[in-house]
Amino acid sequence: MLFLDHIWLIPLFPAFGAAVMFFFGRKLQKSTVNAVCVGAVVLAFLFTCCAFSQYLGYQHDNPGKPYQVNVYTWLGTDTGGMNFVKYDGTPAPFHADVGFLLDPLSGIWLLFVTGVGMLIHIYSTGYMAHEGGYYRFFGYLNLFMFSMLTLILANNYVLMFVGWEGVGLCSYLLIGFYFHRHSASTAANKAFIVNRIGDAGFLLGMFTIAWYFGSLRFTDVNHLAHSGHFTIGDPVITAATLLLFVGACGKSAQLPLYVWLPDAMEGPTPVSALIHAATMVTAGVYMVARSNALFVLAPASMKTVAIVGALTAIFAASIGLVQNDIKRVLAYSTVSQLGYMFLALGVGAFAAGVFHVFTHAFFKALLFLGSGSVIHAMSGEQDMRNMGGLGHKIPITFRTMAVATLAIAGIPGFAGFFSKDEILWQAWSSEGGAYRFLWLIGFATALMTAFYMGRLIVLTFFSRPRMSHEIEHHIHESPKSMTMPLVILAFFSIFAGWLGLPHSLGGSDRFAKFLEPVFAREERVLQAEEPTKLAAAEKEQEHTDSMEYMLMGLSIAAAFAGLGLAWKAYSHADKGYTEPIAAAAPPLYGLLYNKYYVDEAYDYAFTGRRKVGDVRLGVMGLGEASSWFDSHVIDGTVNAAGWMTRFAGTLSSWWDKWIIDGVLVNGPAVLSRIISYPVRILQWGLVQWYALVMVFGLVGFVAYYAWR
Amino acid sequence: MAPITTVHYLVVAAALFILGVIGVLTRRNVVIVLMSIELILNAVNLNLVAFSRIWGLHGQVFAIFVITDAAAEAAVGLGILIAFFRNKETVNVDEVDLLKW
Repeated sequence: MLFLDHIWLIPLFPAFGAAVMFFFGRKLQKSTVNAVCVGAVVLAFLFTCCAFSQYLGYQHDNPGKPYQVNVYTWLGTDTGGMNFVKYDGTPAPFHADVGFLLDPLSGIWLLFVTGVGMLIHIYSTGYMAHEGGYYRFFGYLNLFMFSMLTLILANNYVLMFVGWEGVGLCSYLLIGFYFHRHSASTAANKAFIVNRIGDAGFLLGMFTIAWYFGSLRFTDVNHLAHSGHFTIGDPVITAATLLLFVGACGKSAQLPLYVWLPDAMEGPTPVSALIHAATMVTAGVYMVARSNALFVLAPASMKTVAIVGALTAIFAASIGLVQNDIKRVLAYSTVSQLGYMFLALGVGAFAAGVFHVFTHAFFKALLFLGSGSVIHAMSGEQDMRNMGGLGHKIPITFRTMAVATLAIAGIPGFAGFFSKDEILWQAWSSEGGAYRFLWLIGFATALMTAFYMGRLIVLTFFSRPRMSHEIEHHIHESPKSMTMPLVILAFFSIFAGWLGLPHSLGGSDRFAKFLEPVFAREERVLQAEEPTKLAAAEKEQEHTDSMEYMLMGLSIAAAFAGLGLAWKAYSHADKGYTEPIAAAAPPLYGLLYNKYYVDEAYDYAFTGRRKVGDVRLGVMGLGEASSWFDSHVIDGTVNAAGWMTRFAGTLSSWWDKWIIDGVLVNGPAVLSRIISYPVRILQWGLVQWYALVMVFGLVGFVAYYAWR
Repeated sequence: MAPITTVHYLVVAAALFILGVIGVLTRRNVVIVLMSIELILNAVNLNLVAFSRIWGLHGQVFAIFVITDAAAEAAVGLGILIAFFRNKETVNVDEVDLLKW
């Protein structure tokens, strides 16, 4: 078990690469940078493959058992030290390990993250060849790989959060890679801030779990959740899972926190492919899938996840219909596909959601890398209105992107078809039709997806050339380092889906079976789901397969219809073509083109930049208003009370001084002083005065007797 | 030149007496006040001696008593004055008011 025991090395390869870049990168040759950074990821990938194959053997001997390696205890100990009080008043030791866990779920994530990551690193050596800050770019990419692998391999929520924050940081750094561009730095800030809102949810969820379960290790939490100690629908678990989902919404760009992802396209295209399409944005899905034991105990949270996912899917897809920036279309497509994944998780089809993450990683990375290749060929032009007719000029890019488009649109035989269809089928069949509305949304989204992807391909590779002559002259196919990853990804975009070939098509659903130990539900949860399941099963008994075939047929029809409509609308697009939606319903087009004015609404509601006169709008305005209210009304009242007290004090002091002391106390004193004056002069205290009185007395006596 | 009669003595004695009274009442220095008292006493002595011309020697005997008394009084007064000066460092009579209140 050489490799399995050392899975903690996997994140350290790219960490080493990042460290080398940060300390010595500036002085290194490009070839050295390539060797270190790409080499680190290749090593991580090879190591992952070896460890994964060993894990398969391990699992064969210990069915359903995850493999854990505790490197060291990072915070607290198992026995004591840092204690905290659980919800029931009992003390629990707080501990967080630097521990790593390999099970089917993290294994799959590891494989595609290192695999796709490796391809994108190779691609970047070509794409970034002429850019400044080459070493910086690769340092960030490696740092990202380190964080992402930490997130995936963590065996507890705390270490997962470390990776979670790490990928957020790298996302920020890479979106703002062209930091001299104002739009890029603001987009980076936006991504960071919006993610922070989600992270707050994740943290609170984590605290709630610690408070309720007394541990943050996945295995402990799962064990307790399966123990039957907690009821289904437990309000605390519902709250915890909803908070975790807020975190997932931030990282995985779901309503209402999706706004950062489209702007994240300011980063270099390989970054969009790696971070904002294939890997990082699926972290939210991973976290929810990782916490599946909690989510199944909270049906309300599951419903929330499903509904948010479905709404995000159709919301983003509808915006994608009319965007003109090639990367922006793909960005909204990513948001929409992430919505699909959450829809799958929400209806309890965790395996289907993970399957879609897996296939999506390949075809969406391919689409982004392909769009990067197109932008490369177009000398930096990203606006599809200025493209067209590129198909025969950059054939490899065209063919591979076409494969990815067919995959994402859901054409049978390609990867996206199997995973997306699985999700739609699960949405239809779960909960006895309660979610059929969600299926309908998913179905409509599938139609839109086919249309906007068709539009992207037709406007870029078919139709009439609309670029300037200078650019047209420069169009060239990308170098090998860029096309080779495209071809490999195209291969996977076709065949990755066959891993999960469903029963109805003669497969064995191997993907879901492999994940079964992770998502195994205990008996009572199944029983709680039973009544609705039974009702559904009764109906489906007769036509499960026929139903599945019918739905499959419908979604295939939708895929072809979408692509066909796009072909019909745009195949002859020349300079100054009109959008069919703009022609048919201008207000709707305006609404979609401006992304439902969500950014503007947020601008009004949260950023505090909008003002009417001197009054700030939104939350900041509310804050300012509260502050004004506080400093003027509350403090004013306090001050008024103070003034009144002071006035009363002055009055009282005046009364005391002049009336009480002056009249009532000093008055009698003064009076007696006045009255006593005649008496007092007898005791003047001046000896000579006495003598004078005696003299006058004597004179008086003598005079009296003399003249009597 | 007219002979000196008793009345002349009496006039001189009255003048001395009035000078003495004025001195006692107006001077602040206790020493001078004591000296003024001596003036008053000697005015009385002059009267006594003058009247002894008419009514025999009794007046003169009495004058000797008064002289003795004056000496005693001066001794006691100056003694008090020295004690007072040691306490208050002054010999002004208007500052001798410790018993005023």
